[in-house]
Amino acid sequence: MDGVFRRAAKLVARSFRLHPVPHILAAMGANIFSFAVVGFTVVIGRVTDEVIIPGLDQEGVSGKSVLIGMGAIGIVGLSRGMSIMIRRWFNMMAVARTQRTWRKSLTYRYLYVPMKFHWEYPAGKLLAHTDSDVEVATSMLMPLAFAMSVVVLIVVSLFSLLVVHPLFALVAVLLFPSLTWLTRSMSSGISGPAAQAQEEVGKLSSIAHESLEGVLVIKTLGREQDEVDRFEKTASDLKDQRIKVARVRSNHAPVIFALPQLGNLILLLLGGWLYSQDAVSLGEVVRALALFSILALPMQILGFLFTQIPQSVVAQDRIDGVLETDTEKEFPQSEIESSAIKFTNVSFSYPVAGQSDHLVLNDLSIDITPGETVALVGSTGSGKSTLVSLLTGLMPTTKGEITLGDCNVSDLGPEGASTVIAPVLQETFLFADTLRENLTFGRPIPDGEINRVLQLVEADSFVFELSNGLETVVGERGMTLSGGQRQRLAIARALLCRPKILVLDDATSAVDPTIEAEILSNLQTNPDRTLIVVAHRLATIRLADRVLFLSGGKISAEGTHDELLSVPEYSALAQAYERAGS
Amino acid sequence: MTVLDGSDVIGPGDEPEPMALVDIDDVGALQVLRRGVAESPELKEGFWGTVVRALGVAGSKLLVPVTIQLIIDKGLSGDEVDLSKVVTFVSLSALLLIASIFLERATYFRLGCMAENVLRGLRVRVFSHLHKLSLAEHTASKKGVLTARVTSDVETLTRFAQWGAIAWVVDSFQIIAVLALMTYYSWELTLVTLAVHIPLIPTLRIMQYRQLRAYDVLRTRVSETLGSISESVMGMNMIRSYGQRKATRERIDQAIDDQYKQQMSAARYFSFIIPMTDIFGVVAIASVVGSGVWWGSSWGLTSGELIAYIFLVNLLLSPITQLGEVLDQTQTALAGWWKILKVIDTPIEIPDKNFGPEIQTGPLSVKAEGVEFAYREGDRVLHGINVELLAGSSVAIVGETGSGKTTFAKLIARLADPTAGKLFVGGVDLKEMASQDRRSAIRMVPQDGFLFDTTVAENIRYGRPEATYNEVEEAVHSLDLQPWIESLPDGINTLVGERGESLSVGERQLVALVRAQLADPGLLVLDEATSSVDPETETVLEHALERLAEGRTTISVAHRLSTAERSDLVLVFDHGNLVEQGPHDELKENGGVYNKLYDSWLGNTRENSDGSN
Repeated sequence: MDGVFRRAAKLVARSFRLHPVPHILAAMGANIFSFAVVGFTVVIGRVTDEVIIPGLDQEGVSGKSVLIGMGAIGIVGLSRGMSIMIRRWFNMMAVARTQRTWRKSLTYRYLYVPMKFHWEYPAGKLLAHTDSDVEVATSMLMPLAFAMSVVVLIVVSLFSLLVVHPLFALVAVLLFPSLTWLTRSMSSGISGPAAQAQEEVGKLSSIAHESLEGVLVIKTLGREQDEVDRFEKTASDLKDQRIKVARVRSNHAPVIFALPQLGNLILLLLGGWLYSQDAVSLGEVVRALALFSILALPMQILGFLFTQIPQSVVAQDRIDGVLETDTEKEFPQSEIESSAIKFTNVSFSYPVAGQSDHLVLNDLSIDITPGETVALVGSTGSGKSTLVSLLTGLMPTTKGEITLGDCNVSDLGPEGASTVIAPVLQETFLFADTLRENLTFGRPIPDGEINRVLQLVEADSFVFELSNGLETVVGERGMTLSGGQRQRLAIARALLCRPKILVLDDATSAVDPTIEAEILSNLQTNPDRTLIVVAHRLATIRLADRVLFLSGGKISAEGTHDELLSVPEYSALAQAYERAGS
Repeated sequence: MTVLDGSDVIGPGDEPEPMALVDIDDVGALQVLRRGVAESPELKEGFWGTVVRALGVAGSKLLVPVTIQLIIDKGLSGDEVDLSKVVTFVSLSALLLIASIFLERATYFRLGCMAENVLRGLRVRVFSHLHKLSLAEHTASKKGVLTARVTSDVETLTRFAQWGAIAWVVDSFQIIAVLALMTYYSWELTLVTLAVHIPLIPTLRIMQYRQLRAYDVLRTRVSETLGSISESVMGMNMIRSYGQRKATRERIDQAIDDQYKQQMSAARYFSFIIPMTDIFGVVAIASVVGSGVWWGSSWGLTSGELIAYIFLVNLLLSPITQLGEVLDQTQTALAGWWKILKVIDTPIEIPDKNFGPEIQTGPLSVKAEGVEFAYREGDRVLHGINVELLAGSSVAIVGETGSGKTTFAKLIARLADPTAGKLFVGGVDLKEMASQDRRSAIRMVPQDGFLFDTTVAENIRYGRPEATYNEVEEAVHSLDLQPWIESLPDGINTLVGERGESLSVGERQLVALVRAQLADPGLLVLDEATSSVDPETETVLEHALERLAEGRTTISVAHRLSTAERSDLVLVFDHGNLVEQGPHDELKENGGVYNKLYDSWLGNTRENSDGSN
C-alpha cells in the first residue's frame, strides 16, 4: 500500500509540474472554502446569540443588527459559493489539461514507434489507453484539491470547536474518521462486484453483438432458444452482481447518512448540559451543530480518494508503458537520384512467442531497373507483403540491405522512401474525410490532374455520380464504397504522388477482372515508372516483363510467365489461380 | 448545512448521463409508464410496501431539526433549564434514527433488487423477441440499432433505476415532508422561503439543460478524437509509407484540442450550478433570519423554530437540485424504455409450429405459387413467382444485384414468409410444416459464413447438436476435408475466434458446408459467396460443394458462371420477376437476359484465362 501512495504522489507531482497554474488556483479556492465554511458557522452562531435569541425570546433587537446579521450571512455565504466555483473550474482545467497532455503524447508514440510495437498491441488496447486509461489515471486528480483542503478544514474546524468547548472537539475526533473509514469500506466493497458487473455487461453485449450479427446462421440452424438461454444466463449473472453492489451500498449508505445526524444528537445532549452549566451559549451550540452538518462530505471525499488511488496508479502504469517505448530514430533528409531497386542478401524474421524466430525472407537478392514491370508471385505466406513493407521502409531488415538509387532504405525511413515509392496495400484505408482530401492529402492539386488520374484507374464514373463529387465525405450518411471502388481510389491516391515506383500489393483483388486489366494496361503507359505487382490473376501476371517467384524465403525462379511454367511448383500455383478465376 | 456535493468526487465522467436528447413528448411519460409496467410484472411486486418505507426514510431526515427545535423551545429556553427533557428528546430521536437506519437499508436494498429484476426480465424479453422476428426485420442497416436496444438502451434504464428512480421517490417525499414541517412552524416563513426559491427553479432548469447539451457535444468530440486516433492506428501502414505522419499528428492534436475546449465549456456549468444553488440557500437563510426576527413575534414564532428552520432550508435545497438533474435523466430513460417497448411490439411473423404433416426423407421438390414479397417499409421485391423444381435437381438462381434472387432463396428456407402466394417443399406448404421438421429438411448455407467463438468441431456440431464426435468426423471425411482439418493448428479443435475471424473467408465457408452435411437435409439452399477466396482454398471448396450436393435438391444463388453451367436448371431473376428458366445451353441460345448476363461473365473471367490453356 505504501508503494501505491508513493506512486500516487509521483503521479500528482507530474501533473502539477505540467500544469502548475490551474493546480495552484484550485488549491487556493479549496482553502478559501475551508475558512469560509467554518466562518459561516461562526456567523450563524453569533446571529443566534445576538439577533435570534434577543429578537424572539428577549427584549428585541434593532433593525440595524438584523441587517448586519443578514449581511454577514450573505457575505460569508457568497465567498463560500465563489470559492467552490474557483476550485471546481480550475480543478477541472488541471484535469483536462493533464488528460490532453497524456492523449497527445500517447498518440505521438503510436505514430512514431517502430512497427513491431504495433504487432504486440491490438488496436483496441491502444484506443483504451487514450480513452479510459487516461480518464482513470486522472480521476484521482479530481477530488485532489478538495481533499488537500480537507486537512486545512479539519484543523480549522477542530480549532473552532475547541474554542467553543473541548468536549465538542472530542465528539468530532471520535466520529468523523469513522465516516472516512466507512466510505472507503463501502467503495472497496463495491469495487469487486461492480467490476464483475461491468465484465458481465461486456459479456452480455458481446453475446448480443455476436448473436444478432449471426442471426441468419442462427435462424438457419434453428438455434434461437439456445441463444436466448445463453443470454439469459449472463443477464442473471449480471443481476446477481448488481444486487451484491446494492447490498454493500444499502449496508453502508444509511449509516453514512445517519452518523452526522447522530453526532448532532450527541452535540445537543452535551450542549444542553453545558448550557445548563453556563459553559456555552445557545449560539455556540448552534455553531457546532452547523459545523457537524457540513463536515460529513469532506470526510467522505477522503474515503473516495483513498479508493480511487490504486486504480489511477495502475492506469498511469499502462500509459507509461507506452510512453517509455522508444520512437524510431530520426531519418536524415536525402535526395534519391535514381529509382533502381537493389535487395542484397536480405533476410527478415519476426519473433514468435515461445518459439524460435520465424524466418520469412532468407538471404534474398533482387535487382529491378527503372521502368520495369515486375510481378511478385508466391503462395500465401511466402513473404510477398513482407518484401513490400521492407522496400517502403516500414520495417528494417533483419540482415542485408535494400537500396533505392544510392540511398540505403534503412537511412531513408518510410518518409524518405515515400518520395519515390507509392505502395498500394491490400487493405485499402481511407480517412473519414472528403474524397479530395483522401486523394491529395491536402496538397493543392488541380482538378484536371485528379480527373485524369481517376480516369486512369476507371474511377471517374462512380466518383462523379456521387452527389457531391470529390467533396463527398467517405462513410458519411451511408456513403459506402465497395471494396473495388476503394481499391481504385487507393491507386489514384498513389498516382497523385507521382511516384517513380508504384507498388500494387494485391491492390486490385476486389476489382472486377475486366476493369483490373484495363487499369493495369493504363498504368503501363508511363515507361519511366517502375511497376511492382503482387498478383493472383494470370492476366495480371502475364503483363509483367519479369515474374519473380517467391518460395522458401528466396526468389526461387524468375523469368517471363511462359518461361516459368516449366517450373513445376510455379505451374501448380498458376493452375490454381486459373481455376479460381473461372 | 450541507453545501458540498458528491460530484467533486465522481468527476464529470459521471455527470447526469445525457444520452441523445430524444423527444418523447408525442408519446407522453404516462403512456410509456403504463406500457412499461404492463410489460414488466416485476415492477408491481411489493410496490406499495416500498413506497411506505420510502416515506419513512424521508421522514427520518427531519429528526435533527425537530429535536433542535424541541430542545431549544422546551428544554433550554425560559428561566429553568430542563435537562430531563433534553435527555428524553435526544434519546427518543436517537432511537428513531437507529430504526431509520434499518428502514433505509431495507428500502434501498428492496429498490435495488426490484430494479435489477425488472431490468433482467426486460433484457431477456427483448432479446428473445428479437430472435423471434423474421429476417426481414434484421436488415444490415438495422442490426446496430437492434443490438443497441438490448445493450445501451437497457443500460440507460439501469442508470436511471440505480439513481434517478430512487431519487424520484425519496426526494419528492423529502420535499413534501420538509415543506410540511416548515409550514407547521410558520406558514409565513414558508412563503418567504418559497419566494426565494421561485427564481432558482427556472434558472436551475436552464443551466442543467445547457449542461446536458454541453456534455452531449462533449461526447461527440470524444468520439471524434477516438475516431481520428483509431484511423491513425488502422491506417498506419498507409500513413507511414505516404509520409503522412506529421499531418496525421496535427489532425489528432486538433481533435484533442477541440475535445479539451468542449470539456472546459461543459465545465462552466459543472463549476457554476452547485455554488449557484448554495448561494440561493444562503440568501434563503438570510431572508428567513431577517424576516423571522423582525416579524417573528407577531407570527408566534419561537427561537427554536427559527433555528430549526435554518437547518430545514438545506434539507430542501439538495433534493430540488437532485430532482432537476434526475428530470433530464428521466426523459432519456423514458425515451429508451419506449424504444425497447416498441421492439417488443413488433409483430412476430413466423410463429413456431409444433406439429405438421410428415416430411419424406431424401431429396425434396419445391413449388412456388404466386409468391410475392415486400419489406414492411418498402417496395415489393418479388412479383408473382411461379415455378416447380424437381426433387434431386440442382438449380441455379441468377440475376443482377437487387433482382430478388437472394430473397427468393431466403423465402424457401422460411427466413421470412411471402407477403402473398404459397411455397411447397416436398409437397407440403411451408407454413404447415412443424418448425423442427423444417429445420432438419431444409438447410440454408448463407454466404457470410458466420461462426461462433468456439472450436471448429463445436461449430460443425451446431448443424445437429445431438451429433456425436464420430459423426462430425464422418461429415468432414465425406466432404474430403480431412487434409484441410489437419492443416489447422489444433485440428478440429482449433478455436475460430470472434465471428470466426481466425479462419479465412474460404475456411469459414468450409465449416458451414460440413455443418450442412452433418444435418443431412433433403433440400439445400446455398448462397454463394461474392468475396474472393484464395485460390488454394477455392479448389477445396468447390470439391466439397460437389460432394455436399450429392443426393439432395440444391438451390444455389449463383455468382459464378461455372455454377450455372453445372446446374440442371437455371432461374433468371430480373427486377423481382422470374423472367427465364431452363438449362444453361438452352437459355444461352435464347439471346435474352441470361445471354447478356453470360456475356458479361465471359468478359469478366474467361477472356483472361482462356489463352493459358
